[in-house]
Order: sequence, then structure tokens, then C-alpha cells
Amino acid sequence: MQKIKNSFNERSHIELQNPLIRSNFRRAMDGLMEKRKAQFPDEAELSRLRDLAAAIRQNALAKLPELLEQLETRCRQNGIQVHWAQTTDEACEIVLQIAQKHDARSVIKGKSMVSEEMDLNRFMEAHGIECLESDLGEYLVQIAGETPSHIIMPVIHKNREQIAQLMADKHGTPYTDDVNAMTQNARALLRDKFMQADIGISGVNFAVAESGTLCLVENEGNGRMSTTTPPVHIAVMGIEKVVERLEHVPPLLSLLTRSATGQHITTYFNMITSPRKPGEKDGPGSIHLVLLDNERTSMYSDAELRDTLRCIRCGACINHCPVYTRVGGHAYGAVYPGPIGKLVTSQMYGMEVAGDLPTACTLCGACGEVCPVKIPIPDLLKRLRQESVEGHAVKQAGARKKLIEAMVWKTWAILHRSPVLYRLMTWSVTRMRWMIPAKMGKWTISRQMPAVASRSLHERLEVLHNEENKV
Amino acid sequence: MRNYPSQKPAEVYFYGTCLVDLIYPEAGVSAIRILEREGIDVVFPQGQSCCGQPAMNSGYVNESLAVIESQLDLFPKDIPVVIPSGSCAGTMRFDYPRLFKGHARESHVNALAERVYEFTEFLNRVLCVRLEDLGRPTRVAQHVSCSSRRTMQVAEEGTGLLNQLAGVTLLEQARAAECCGFGGTFAIKHDEVSSAMVQDKVDAISATGAEQLVTGDCGCMMNIAGHMRHRGIDIECMHIAEFIWKRCYAKD
Repeated sequence: MQKIKNSFNERSHIELQNPLIRSNFRRAMDGLMEKRKAQFPDEAELSRLRDLAAAIRQNALAKLPELLEQLETRCRQNGIQVHWAQTTDEACEIVLQIAQKHDARSVIKGKSMVSEEMDLNRFMEAHGIECLESDLGEYLVQIAGETPSHIIMPVIHKNREQIAQLMADKHGTPYTDDVNAMTQNARALLRDKFMQADIGISGVNFAVAESGTLCLVENEGNGRMSTTTPPVHIAVMGIEKVVERLEHVPPLLSLLTRSATGQHITTYFNMITSPRKPGEKDGPGSIHLVLLDNERTSMYSDAELRDTLRCIRCGACINHCPVYTRVGGHAYGAVYPGPIGKLVTSQMYGMEVAGDLPTACTLCGACGEVCPVKIPIPDLLKRLRQESVEGHAVKQAGARKKLIEAMVWKTWAILHRSPVLYRLMTWSVTRMRWMIPAKMGKWTISRQMPAVASRSLHERLEVLHNEENKV
Repeated sequence: MRNYPSQKPAEVYFYGTCLVDLIYPEAGVSAIRILEREGIDVVFPQGQSCCGQPAMNSGYVNESLAVIESQLDLFPKDIPVVIPSGSCAGTMRFDYPRLFKGHARESHVNALAERVYEFTEFLNRVLCVRLEDLGRPTRVAQHVSCSSRRTMQVAEEGTGLLNQLAGVTLLEQARAAECCGFGGTFAIKHDEVSSAMVQDKVDAISATGAEQLVTGDCGCMMNIAGHMRHRGIDIECMHIAEFIWKRCYAKD
């Protein structure tokens, strides 16, 4: 895993200074929200589908240990070699060993967020193996020397002109911002790389336990190329991606594509069940599946936080998040941004490092409203806020408890639980309201202070009642 | 949608909320007066303080629970609890049952949660009020809080009430469903992002050409009005209870 640098506030401060970030994200997110909305004209159908999808994911998580064992058995029977990694370091090491066994010099990658989580490109390149992204967005991020700003659309932080300039700079080709020309440009370059690569690496969207099938959802065909052209295919997945039955895939797939990009179905949907068999014309000679834990077992162990693992990585929560829209994906400091990123990152990295993420949210609920598997994201964020100051279930729980803040809330509780003290407090504040300064910390940087009333509601009503009684 | 009682209750509890108590008591007084004018006896338990949401949302759940427990016995009669805030109503209606799951007082809390109504919801759905507008013509923008919209799911109720007012032209704003950026301690902890959000919200409201902004949640109002004043934007901001009281009841 990459290290998280600085705090959310420090990172978002930088992003907020860049007007292009604001406008690029605003435009893109507005478009994505519209597209999703157009996919679900029927509220009742959406509600039925979400219930079904949530039940499928909950069922899979309830049986997670058994399903993972079943997946391993079925994959092995199908000729897929299965590896387990507890940490991202272990996962990287496994991939490296496979590559070294095959004397690999170059790797071509389909889009995979788990490989981002592993920071795999950097690791492999440090060991002398070229790792090239073949998803167009990921490729652009890679040549720019950046990280993805969205889990579905990695380069969404750049507009067309910025991308055109990037390609002209890095490829040494004449500037064009014609989308077709740019795509052809990248395609020509990537074609050769697919043919030359020793290993293809992909992610997994769903792994079916009953059949040992790895499902891969994509639009550009790079996923199919990466998993069929090179002689070796390595699939990396988080252990939560397993579903019990093949029939569970269609509803999840339908919700995934419609929620993510507003597509009824993606251009490509790959179902990978075995390496090339004798007599078959294409496909890799060997397939490896790397199953990564990276704190997922810890999430699984808590009945409430387990819901984090329901996620099918559609990104709808990100697209609808008003905070993300303002600051973009890089402000989150790690691979997964937006509401789901706040849940995942804070649990993966622990509260000391990433405990400020759950607070970077107004609890507006836009994320929970669109989540296709009905993860109660706002409730989980509240729970993680608790974990950050007084919890027990998450790595470095309680690490963000600050003495002053704790004392403020203690005092608040003492004043608000006792009617006598509460009335004394409101009486004093209303009488001494002239003492309240016009500037108060961060609130008044962009707002005026509200005026405290001359009499509290409690008092106003007492006076009213007394007057009525006199009449 | 929840099932609403078919008969108009004779009596309700009124829970003012801490923000109304100290900053916007006029909203509370207006709401109570409207209820009384509609023939309802209003009980205001003087022991009330805060629903506990601020500490809960900051992660200090034990401190929040201490305050919540002090509020639980303020509503002994089986009558509705009306709250002029979607946010605080949402806390009582949905967070209380979540926090008290498996707790000795679970069933008590669940029964209380069932009786909780947001003010516009109560006016529109339970009392089915018919409002007669006595006010001057005005152009109004409405801000529906996220908790009213998504937690309590009462976004339509305020609109329904405002649409009854003949003198009110209700103006549509861009991205009406987007958060204003308040979020309680969020506004302090992440002030720059919060500022960016409220700036956009105020831009959208200003662009409607509204003279007045009406909302059912004082938290959002404190944020939006505070930012408007900061920028010198002259749009009068008012809680919907006060707005309705002044237009429909106060003059007769």
C-alpha cells in the first residue's frame, strides 16, 4: 500500500485552489448522475433490484469463509492456481514470483483497483519488470505519473484538452483533441504491447464460488486482451468479491453498469473459467488467482462494519458525493476516494493515519440513497467516527481522541442532561449574548455568526403560558 | 411512505431542538402557535434540551447517550412528538432505535421513534391543513435539508404547504437536492470544503431571484444565512413555521 501523505484538509486545500479541478469534476459528476438517473425510470424496479442485490451480497458475506474455500476448490479443478495474501506486500511478492518463474520482462494490465491498492506497478518496476496499464484512463494516469482520481474513471480529473496536451507531450505526436484520433493514437501504441507482454494482469468484478468463474466487466476490450493474449494471466481480487451462484451475477452486473456509467450493459463482459484447453485456439496457458485480505477480515469480523464489504465498486456513491465533487479523488489520499473510500481507507490504514476521512462528510445521505447494494454508508461513517475516538473494532481505534475535544463533549453532556444546568446555561448565554464575539474560529471565515436570541424558547413559552393563565 | 394516523390528534408534544431554543426561538413559537390554531393542545416538556445528535455525529456516542437518556422520559403519553427540524426528527426516529438495539429500553425507544414527526410532515400529512395566505406577493426559494429529504423523506411536505400559499411564487433552484455543506461539526472541521459547498448553494439560491429563503431546518439556515450575510446578499431567511405563521395566521 502507498503511504498516505498529509491530512484530508491539507490535500483538499490544494485541490480547492485549482478551479479546473472544481469545473472538471462538477461537469463529469453532473453527467454521470444524469446518466444513472436515466437508467432507472422505474422507482419500483430499482427498489426491487437493490433489495435483491443487497440480499445477494449479504448472503455471500454471511457465508464468506465457506464460499472462499469453495471458490478455491472449483478454481483448482478448473486449472486456475489460487494464492492467498494477507497483506498487499504478500500479494505483490506472489505476483513477482509468478512473473520471475516465467522469466517475464513485461506485464500488460487491465484495469484493477486491487492492483492499485497493492501499488503493484511501482513494485514490479522496482524489480525490473515493465508494467503497462492498458485501460485508457489508467494508461493516461500512468504516463502523467499520477494516481487514479476515481475507481471507474481514473482520469476524470482531466478535461479533454488536458488529456490531448498530455498525449502530445508524452507521445511526441501533434496535438489533437479529437477523441477518435486520441483513442486511435493510444490503440496503436497498446496493440503492440499486448502482443509482446509476457503476463496479463486483471482485476475481478465477481468470482462465482459454485463454478470457479472470474467475471470481468469492461468497456474497451483491454480486459479481454490482457486476459487472453499473454501466455500467463494473473487475476487479483479482494476476498469480498465472491458470490455464491452464477445466477447471482446478472442482477449485480445490471446494477453495476447502470449505477456506474449509466450503461445498460458494458461493451465487454468476460467470464474466465480455465486456462486454454487442448484444442482451444486462444487464452493463456496458465491462470493465477491472487486473493487479497488487507484488513478485509477485520471488516468482516464486525457485524456492522461488514457491510463495507458488500460494495461492488460501481462508484455511484462517489459520483453523487457533494464533497468529492468539490475536492476530487486525490484529496482522499489513497486508492479509493469518495464515501466508499472513507469507509475502506480508514479501515485499511487505521484511524491514526486515515481517521479524518469519516469526518469529511456532511452525512447528507446522497451516497446511501444510490448505493446499489444498499450499504448504509452514513451510518457506517458515524460508527467509524466513534471508532476513531473510543472504539475497539478498527485498526488504531481511539487514536484520534483529543483531550480538548473529549472535554468539550463531556461538558456538553453534563449541561444537556440536566434540565437545571441546561436552563442555567441558556439563561446565561441569552443574557450575555453581547459578549459573544463577531468572529468565531473557522465558522466566520465564510459566514457571519448567528445572533443568539434574547430569550430562549423555554423562557418564551413560560412567559406566554403565564400570560394566558392571567387571562 | 409511513402510515399516518387517520384521526387528528387532540394533543401533541413539541420538541423545540437546541438550535431553535437559543438562536431561532421565533421558529418554535410560530410552530406551536400554528398547531394551537389548528386546534391541537401543545405540551412543551420543559426538561428538553437536545436530541443528542451533535455528540453522536462526532463519534462521542457515550456522551450522546447520556443526553438521549435524559430526554427519553419527557414524552410519557402516547401522542405525537412534533419537531421543527428534519435533522433532529431523523435522529430520534432512526438513530435512537439503532443506538438502543439490544438495550433495556429498546422497546420504549422504538415506540417513541414511531411517534416522531417532522413539523411540515405533521402539518401536511396528519393535520392536512388548509392554509389561507394573507401575505403580500413574494418570490421564494426553498431549501430542503438532506435529513428532511433522505432520512425523513418529507421533501414534498414543505413544498406542498408553500404551494397552498396564493401570494408565494416558489422558485426552482439548480441542484436543489445537493447538500448546503453544513453537516454540524463538518463546517468547522473541514471548513474549506464546507465553504465551497455553501458558496455554490447560495449562488444557486441567488440565481433564482428569490426575495426570501424558506427552510425546515435551522442548521442549514444558520449556514446559508450566515454565508449570505458574509457576502452581503440580501435574501431574508426564515424557518417555514415562522413563514407560514406570519403569512397565514398572524394578521387575523
